[in-house]
Amino acid sequence: MTYTAPVKDIAFVLNHVVGLADIAKLSGFEDASPDLVDAILDESARFTSDVLAPLNWIGDQQGSQWVAGEVKTPEGWKEAYSQFTENGWGSLSFSPEFGGQGLPMSVSAAVQEMWHSANMSFGLCPLLTQGAVDAIEHHASDELKQRYLPKMVEGSWSGTMNLTEPQAGSDLAAVRTRAEPAGEHYRISGQKIYITYGEHDLTENIIHLVLARLPDAPAGVKGISLFIVPKFLINEDGSIGERNDVNCVSIEHKLGIHASPTCVMSYGDNGGAIGYLVGKEHQGLVYMFTMMNQARHAVGVEGYGIAERAYQKAVAYSRDRKQGKTLLGKSEEDQGIINHPDVRRILMTMRSTIEAMRGLGLECAAAFDQARRHPDETVKARMQRRGELLTPLVKGWSTEMGVELCSLGVQVHGGMGFIEETGAAQFLRDARIAPIYEGTTAIQANDLIGRKTARDGGQGMSELMSDMQETLAALNKHDHLDMKAIAKRLKPAIESAQSATEWLLGQNDATLPSATSVEYLMMQGRLAGGWMIARSALAALRLKNSEGADTAYLDAKITLARYYAERMLPLVESAHTIVIDSAETTIALDTAQL
Amino acid sequence: MKIIVGVKRVLDYNVKARVKADKSGIELANVKMSMNPFDEIAVEEALRVKEAGHADEVIAVSIGSSQSQETIRTALAMGADRGILIETDELLEPLAIAKLFKHVVEKEEPGLVILGKQAIDDDANQTGQMLSALTGMSQATFASKVEFDGDHLKVTREVDAGLESIKVKLPSIVTTDLRLNEPRYAKLPNIMKAKKKPLETIPVADTGVDISSGLSVVEVNDPPKREAGIIVNSVAELVDKLRNEAKVI
Repeated sequence: MTYTAPVKDIAFVLNHVVGLADIAKLSGFEDASPDLVDAILDESARFTSDVLAPLNWIGDQQGSQWVAGEVKTPEGWKEAYSQFTENGWGSLSFSPEFGGQGLPMSVSAAVQEMWHSANMSFGLCPLLTQGAVDAIEHHASDELKQRYLPKMVEGSWSGTMNLTEPQAGSDLAAVRTRAEPAGEHYRISGQKIYITYGEHDLTENIIHLVLARLPDAPAGVKGISLFIVPKFLINEDGSIGERNDVNCVSIEHKLGIHASPTCVMSYGDNGGAIGYLVGKEHQGLVYMFTMMNQARHAVGVEGYGIAERAYQKAVAYSRDRKQGKTLLGKSEEDQGIINHPDVRRILMTMRSTIEAMRGLGLECAAAFDQARRHPDETVKARMQRRGELLTPLVKGWSTEMGVELCSLGVQVHGGMGFIEETGAAQFLRDARIAPIYEGTTAIQANDLIGRKTARDGGQGMSELMSDMQETLAALNKHDHLDMKAIAKRLKPAIESAQSATEWLLGQNDATLPSATSVEYLMMQGRLAGGWMIARSALAALRLKNSEGADTAYLDAKITLARYYAERMLPLVESAHTIVIDSAETTIALDTAQL
Repeated sequence: MKIIVGVKRVLDYNVKARVKADKSGIELANVKMSMNPFDEIAVEEALRVKEAGHADEVIAVSIGSSQSQETIRTALAMGADRGILIETDELLEPLAIAKLFKHVVEKEEPGLVILGKQAIDDDANQTGQMLSALTGMSQATFASKVEFDGDHLKVTREVDAGLESIKVKLPSIVTTDLRLNEPRYAKLPNIMKAKKKPLETIPVADTGVDISSGLSVVEVNDPPKREAGIIVNSVAELVDKLRNEAKVI
């Protein structure tokens, strides 16, 4: 059940593919020098593999327990959480003004991958806090910031996002929770469901961010406001005061992430929970999107984080397990099932796809870093477009692939994989939530084709495609067999994606594009992953010429990229047909015929 | 009072050591290196002594190539105050290391020197003892417990027969055993601060210490492969095999 953080692979992407050194040149990110980032990754690797990873199985087996309104986390979680916050891991990317370390999002995403590989259920608590901190920092008054942020950045208070209600899932227009003005604050009442870490025993206070309607609010999404509702009220001197009128009524019994309490929250059973308005009235949804974008990226990171853990387990098992004489084993002893060609297929698929996803996740984060700190406004705007365009791909594609790869991980174990004690099944069960929460894959696909592609007339997408063309040209410059093989598959894949985008932009209404939007998202995700892994092959080739180069490691990077190009990029070409041709038949049947 | 701790950069304990093709040594290119685990315990102990108010400064000292700076930074991230690297690309023996430590001890005049009892690469277990002989400072090796008692230390030592308690006069040299403490994880803010802490580099030539070696490595080989075991039928057969085949009793 061990986990070894792939520090070398992560550092490779940061240093040689997405350009950490350039980010460290931006004013405000000077601390993120490669040697410091190496030290951070090393220590994070130690902490996650020694402290968080061993609790993953315990968390799954015990789960969090609801007892009379309180939630008890599994054995060892409290100690691990206090060690986590004492060591400052929760504060990595937050503003130094409130006690954070001010490091770039790309570094933070690199570290967060380790949390989720080690223990996804655990990682969710700081993930949600991070979203809440972002929303408060960007939109709340200075007074609210001063009151809440230092403790949240420190991690001694956690944060939650309260959006969903029984009738308001993906459609937030249906939110009914009410907020009544009451002097300097508001009284909140209503019920929220699916609230991750809505109640738990890890922190001394929990700060809920709640979407609710004011009495005079217009109908629909334009009438939603955002409120801070603390579990315990805060006294004037900053100390913890009275219990607020908010309660956890029950927790859900779920397929996976058993240790992460998914709470039903009831507000205002005794006259209304005291809440404080964030920003302006009726702007809640806009503010919530600040949290959502951050959280969506983080969930995408979960997708490949959990797949990495599944991969490590699959490789270890396939080395040990012997079944029959293998075709690739070099000696009598060397007969682990890893030497069956089909097991290699699975492992190569897992490994290369994880590297492609990691590349894309860090590229997206690096784009946001550039957008935040770059001195040139044109570059800033371009990078913001890029980050926003890649976010639904990171979230949608990486989480869907996370499930697929964890399933392959089970397959490597054969019958043992289906047995819970083996542990491979847990990764699959845990991974299954990621394509659902923070906006399902369909929501990501809508975001991709609508807000991120159609709305700017395809500008962001065409910038992305032209960057891919540059990578293609760079591959073609090398008289190198593997580079040529990658280029051979990348070229038609880019053309297919461009043509599918043109089809999309040419549609007068959203019906047909919506029917195959998820196919389109998966197509663009696969391609973008292929682009990233091709860049990693180019970097490996470049590094091979340096003194003391780790040739075996760099050659493996190149082979993985070529495998991905040969195995995954043809799916981009076939997806072109699916996106366009199957759109009409997708919706052709009458509902009665289904 | 100052405390000096020795930190050595070694092959990471999780990495399987591989002998170089020419048998000249262990393959160290492109493998993960980290702080000798016994030295981590030494750093932790020094920090605890400082936190308990018995010392004002912890100085991490390493001897090796410029890459050993990373190891010193790790100690600084754990909480050491400053670092000293005596830079050399040569692989030194314990006697040369002890002489170089003596050089640092004479300059810094620490009240306490804490070293790992041995490094996991060469397993020599000599430096602390040699340093004691060279400096005339008292020594307490294989420590599993260290307590302050005025200008003395009460040290529990792990010896073959069990535990031995001794009292030594400061200044002293303590070498750490595995059970002395559990080293802390570095905190993120401290990792960032470590970069700004002072780290002095001294070329080995500037110390004037004679580091010449009396030994040369002839060949490094893998240990023999473990052979499959057998099940014996009786205790008598086992004794017979131990006596006549294995010749261990």
